Amino acid sequence: MTRRTLYLSLVATTVALGACRGKPEPAPAPAPVAAPVQPVGPSAAEIAAGEAAKRRADSIAAAARATAAANAAAAADAERTAASMKETLAKPVYFDYNKDVIRDDARGDLDAKAAILSANPTVTYLIVGHTDEQGTAEYNLALGQRRAAQVKRYLASKGVDDARFTTQSMGDTQPAAKGTDEQSYQLNRRAEFQSSNLPGVMTRPRD
Amino acid sequence: MPLTSVRAAVLSALLVSSSLAAQDTTRGVRIGLRYSAGTKPGVVVLPAKGVGADSVRAIVQRDLDYGDRVEVIALDGNASENAPTAAPSWPVLARVGAAAAVQVTPTATGLHLVVYDVAKQSTALVRDYAAPPMTRMREWRSVAHWLSDDLEESLTGVKGIARSRVLFTRSNRLWSVDSDGEGLVAVADAGLPTSGAWSADGSRVTYSTLRPAQVVVKDLASEQVRAIASGPGVFIAPVFSPDGLNVVYGHGEDDGVDIFIAPTAGGGGHRLSVGRGSDNVSPTFSPDGRRIAFMSGRSGHPEIYTMDADGTNVELLTPPEFDARAHRASPDWSPDGRYVAFHAMVGQAFQIMTISLRDRSLKQLTSEGRNEDPSWAPDGRHITFTSNRTGVKQLWVIDVETGRSRQLTRGASDARNAAWSPRLLS
Repeated sequence: MTRRTLYLSLVATTVALGACRGKPEPAPAPAPVAAPVQPVGPSAAEIAAGEAAKRRADSIAAAARATAAANAAAAADAERTAASMKETLAKPVYFDYNKDVIRDDARGDLDAKAAILSANPTVTYLIVGHTDEQGTAEYNLALGQRRAAQVKRYLASKGVDDARFTTQSMGDTQPAAKGTDEQSYQLNRRAEFQSSNLPGVMTRPRD
Repeated sequence: MPLTSVRAAVLSALLVSSSLAAQDTTRGVRIGLRYSAGTKPGVVVLPAKGVGADSVRAIVQRDLDYGDRVEVIALDGNASENAPTAAPSWPVLARVGAAAAVQVTPTATGLHLVVYDVAKQSTALVRDYAAPPMTRMREWRSVAHWLSDDLEESLTGVKGIARSRVLFTRSNRLWSVDSDGEGLVAVADAGLPTSGAWSADGSRVTYSTLRPAQVVVKDLASEQVRAIASGPGVFIAPVFSPDGLNVVYGHGEDDGVDIFIAPTAGGGGHRLSVGRGSDNVSPTFSPDGRRIAFMSGRSGHPEIYTMDADGTNVELLTPPEFDARAHRASPDWSPDGRYVAFHAMVGQAFQIMTISLRDRSLKQLTSEGRNEDPSWAPDGRHITFTSNRTGVKQLWVIDVETGRSRQLTRGASDARNAAWSPRLLS
């Protein structure tokens, strides 16, 4: 019910009630008849305004949804990128028997690590040298340290500040594979990496 | 070589009364022991009565056997109720080849030792050892080993090594075990401890840890631990100088590993070797403290070198070997100063070797399995080392003179990095 309709109804009712008060009622007078009230709806302008407002709201919501989706996609992409970079940083590199020389198949991985480290200068990097169980514990501790130091030198040669590196040797105390065959030994002749001070959002290195 | 076994009948005959002694005609013996060419003097450890008598008898028998200087004649039936209460039967002892008979009887205050001279048919030695109750097993066993060492000295003129222990690593812990393989105790477990060594008086050990990277000295009585060197990189195989004032160790970060020295009282270390990027590890002092042997890769293959204790006058000790897999490492200077033990690649496996400091002659001691990391016993006659001959790396002991070997440790996990203590006081 519109406000106008309500008002007219109240007037009619008040008049009718007033006639009923006072002396005994003579002959009943003909009851007054309220004027016919035409129902009043929103104006065309109001309807148009409402629809416009709705369209506006819908448009804003859609834009918000699109922004959220874009942000989520960007975040997912950033997360994937960060995960990929972290994986690259953590990937071990392997060495030949009794050697500390960087192998050709390790150079690509180390180059990728160096690029990520250069693009993310807050990151510090622990390089841990490992050996297989051939040789004595003492010799292997020295060999593991040489391997870690070689990796550090290689990364520094790619422009990464060597103050960001720490080297450590575990010798043969933490084998990746427990076997005593050459396949296991190869997996154990390695350098492993641990990153610290990773930024909230990692920067992808420029291609 | 197993213990010589004599049947129970002999034991019965042995336990007859001393009245038979007068019938014995054995003669021509000095210092209680009868030597025959090419053999070791025979010793019978008699049963005795008392709580723990059988245990101490077994310990003494084993200690004498592991000493490799006498032939222990084992008698079947070692029940203490068969123990002779009077003098032993001299004819029977002589018949089984015994030069001496020994009896150890537990008393209220310790252990009572009697040594009989079979040739002279007389008592050669009586001695009492104060010992704690058997409930304090480790200390009680230590007294039994002390008795064994004295006994071996009285029988042969050379003190035994039963009262010594071996430090080693297993499952990222440092352990020590009695020289007979019993009495295992943990020494250190924090920080991934690696190879350790004893001070000359046996009161302290030094070892390195990987995380944090440091060299530690631990006082065994107080259990106080003190880091005397630490920092980035790696610290490897520390040893005490003979005077106990310094620790020498391998340390490296970015440019190889060199030998360093640091005072045990603190004050930081300084470099002794000039490896120029090579590996220099496993230092070991000559007994007089004037020279240090160590492994170095400075010329390519790992070889054994010596230098003065201040790092000067470096000499190659091991003869050059022109083989791509040549590898000599883990030197340990003998207590008498005459030899350096080490391991070398022989064929496809490491074997234990010694080199004479006098004429540089080499002697290969092992051939079965892979054998490495030798450490001399305080008698200069036995060496403990790591061997995989049973499939798992365990510590073994070899008698350098006879080649006889025995397994020291047992278990499913590798035991490595053995360091034999000096003769201990407790």
